[in-house]
Amino acid sequence: MQTQSEIGYNSKIEGDVVITRIDAALAWFRKNSVWPMPMGLACCGIELMAVGASRFDISRFGSEVMRFSPRQSDCMIVAGTVTYKMAGYVKRIYDQMPEPKWVIAMGACASTGGMYRSYAVLQGVDNIIPVDVYISGCPPRPEAVLDALIKIQNQIGTEPILSKMNVVAQLTGAAKS
Amino acid sequence: MLNLDSANQLKAKFGDLISETVEFRGEVTVKIADAEQIAEVCEFAKTKLGFNYLADISSIDNYGEDPRWTVVYHLRAIGNGSEIRLKTDVNEEKSELPTLLGVWATANWHEREIYDMMGIRFHGHPDLRRILMWEGYPYFPLRKDFPLAGKPTNVPDVAFTKVTPLEGGPFVTLPSSGDAVSREPRVRTPEE
Amino acid sequence: MATVQDIEIRDSAARTAAAVEALEDIQGEKMVLNMGPSHPATHGVLRIVLELDGELVTKAEPDVGFLHRGDEKIAENMTYTQFIPYTDRLDYLAPLANNVAYALAVEKLLGIHDKLPPRCQYIRVMCAELARISSHLLGLGAFAMDMGAVTVFLLTFTEREKIYNLCESLTGARFTTSYTRIGGVSRDLPPGWADQCRKFLKEVIVNINESETLLTRNRIWVDRIRDLAVISKQDAIDYGLSGPNLRGSGVEYDLQKNQPYLCYKDLDFDIAVGATGDCYDRYLVRMEEMRQSVRIVHQCLEKIPGGADNKTKEPINVDDGKIVLPSKQKVLSSMEELIHQFMLVTEGVNCPPGETYFGHENPKGELGFYIHSKGGGVPYRMKIRSPSFVNLSIIPKIFPGCMLSDTVAILGSLDFVMGECDR
Repeated sequence: MQTQSEIGYNSKIEGDVVITRIDAALAWFRKNSVWPMPMGLACCGIELMAVGASRFDISRFGSEVMRFSPRQSDCMIVAGTVTYKMAGYVKRIYDQMPEPKWVIAMGACASTGGMYRSYAVLQGVDNIIPVDVYISGCPPRPEAVLDALIKIQNQIGTEPILSKMNVVAQLTGAAKS
Repeated sequence: MLNLDSANQLKAKFGDLISETVEFRGEVTVKIADAEQIAEVCEFAKTKLGFNYLADISSIDNYGEDPRWTVVYHLRAIGNGSEIRLKTDVNEEKSELPTLLGVWATANWHEREIYDMMGIRFHGHPDLRRILMWEGYPYFPLRKDFPLAGKPTNVPDVAFTKVTPLEGGPFVTLPSSGDAVSREPRVRTPEE
Repeated sequence: MATVQDIEIRDSAARTAAAVEALEDIQGEKMVLNMGPSHPATHGVLRIVLELDGELVTKAEPDVGFLHRGDEKIAENMTYTQFIPYTDRLDYLAPLANNVAYALAVEKLLGIHDKLPPRCQYIRVMCAELARISSHLLGLGAFAMDMGAVTVFLLTFTEREKIYNLCESLTGARFTTSYTRIGGVSRDLPPGWADQCRKFLKEVIVNINESETLLTRNRIWVDRIRDLAVISKQDAIDYGLSGPNLRGSGVEYDLQKNQPYLCYKDLDFDIAVGATGDCYDRYLVRMEEMRQSVRIVHQCLEKIPGGADNKTKEPINVDDGKIVLPSKQKVLSSMEELIHQFMLVTEGVNCPPGETYFGHENPKGELGFYIHSKGGGVPYRMKIRSPSFVNLSIIPKIFPGCMLSDTVAILGSLDFVMGECDR
């Protein structure tokens, strides 16, 4: 059987019962309810608000609420210039997010420091946290943000979840013994 | 002209302390010879001449010249709309001016920012600490001898900085007080 | 693969304990609460350290600088035209207004800010007023959302999307427009823009009326922000407030009327002035300013020389080859224009030595540029007098005495933006 399987079924053929792998089901649940944690720092934060507003509705992709609490969110969208003064706080909030978590670096400033090559700007947020998707643009169009979200969803959709959990159990079991 | 009247009244009151007025693009600039007396001049300007609004305080680094710092005050009278600019010089060994907090309350944050960016102290200020950079940052960023790319620092638990890669990036002018033609990067050899 | 650097942040309890000890207070009397830089209601990265006695705030100390990007130092290394995109990102809610302010400041240094062609002046006034509507809409939406009235946020964002459409057809970008140039604007109004604009103005009035119906006479809204954080007239002038915050306290001072620039002298509009200086007054001042801006844009569309589609080919740039880039046909065929183009692009606009300060009535207050030039195309020192930086300095004065939930209301009514405050 394939390792990546989407749930797509025809109820006339298979009836109302779906048989699939737990991995695929878990991945499907996870990817369609990615709750973003908006780290809206500068101008890209306004485009992020526009993505959440009614024209480019992000909640139709499952990101129903912009959770400002890191404990309740899945994906951190770093939108805006990260200065050295702010870097420690961004890292701290990233650490507070529970696994599994993903990071989108939105805009030129978050990806590489943007046009601010100066003494006070961190040249890219990937110096302090691991980034999954980079969005270019200054600011990127809301459609680009939605495209990045879809890329993250595709990545989540192919993650082998249970097998990773077994590995963790083995490691902790080995540590205990 | 309203602005010139105010400048002349200042000169009448303080005499030699105030230099000749310079008029450029409709604005009147007046230089104060002794920086220590800036508070008295401003008090007079606020109470007698009606300059009740301090629009801005700026600082200029005349790198390579003595005195090194120039502090610029933009005063405005909300009632009749006149404006005046006061400038005063401070040399580098002293680097200190009296605060204007007693005259206008808005001077508080402006002076903190000037201390943060240029390193000019204001004696009499109750709470002179950094405002835009963090406590413990060792340099004063807007000085001409501080590079745009920054210097590596580390204040543990607060923040760290690194040098920004600037090769092939925006052209960086030479730190000097000459005009733009002499400060251009094409003036210097590539290996600097 | 990029390397990840680990940063260690020490335990916060130890740091808070140290701060409480420094306060020399009886342990347990007052609580120090950190309204941190990442907060949904602080309109950006602002940190306020609150000292609370139960629900009552006794001391508040704002900590700014989390978005300090070094604009002023960058300006010392860029030509005047190269700096225009950085001005967009100052007050990123109204980027067209910042562009207009900066262009006027450099033109004042050149001595041409009152000699601009009239069509250019009308286009710039329309841009500035559209930016004002856009900024006040977002200020209103964010203010209402933080207080709980989430509908207003979505209503105002619908209108902002229409402004974004207008900006996009005019400048090419939704926001961060970089539209004005030294000596004029970068391109003329596209065909059909005026009709789109008129349609938008009709709809935005409907939308503002709807938001007013929801909020202005709403019992909860009025109860929450009436008589909150009263800033007296004397305090407002002393603390250097500007814009709607100053006018909400009863000071009738508007740079468009008191120090008119562009073509504001020929336009007919009123200034909204508040009575008491509380949060409710500032909110009402912003609502009225939006209506006045709509009025101004209507007049501009009527009066613009050459009509909306410029049938008579009025110029939109100053006719000086040393300031404005000449047209491409001339550059590729004539020697003089080629030299002008070369000098302007490589060295920048050659400004005379001297210094100017120009204050522009931005939606947030007075955005001022102090340019000290020693000649040449690069400024020696550029200071940006940002309204939000000065407006925030009044927080230690007005927060004490308010409840914890009022802090959000006060921040919303002050309507600041951190990009401008920290530069």
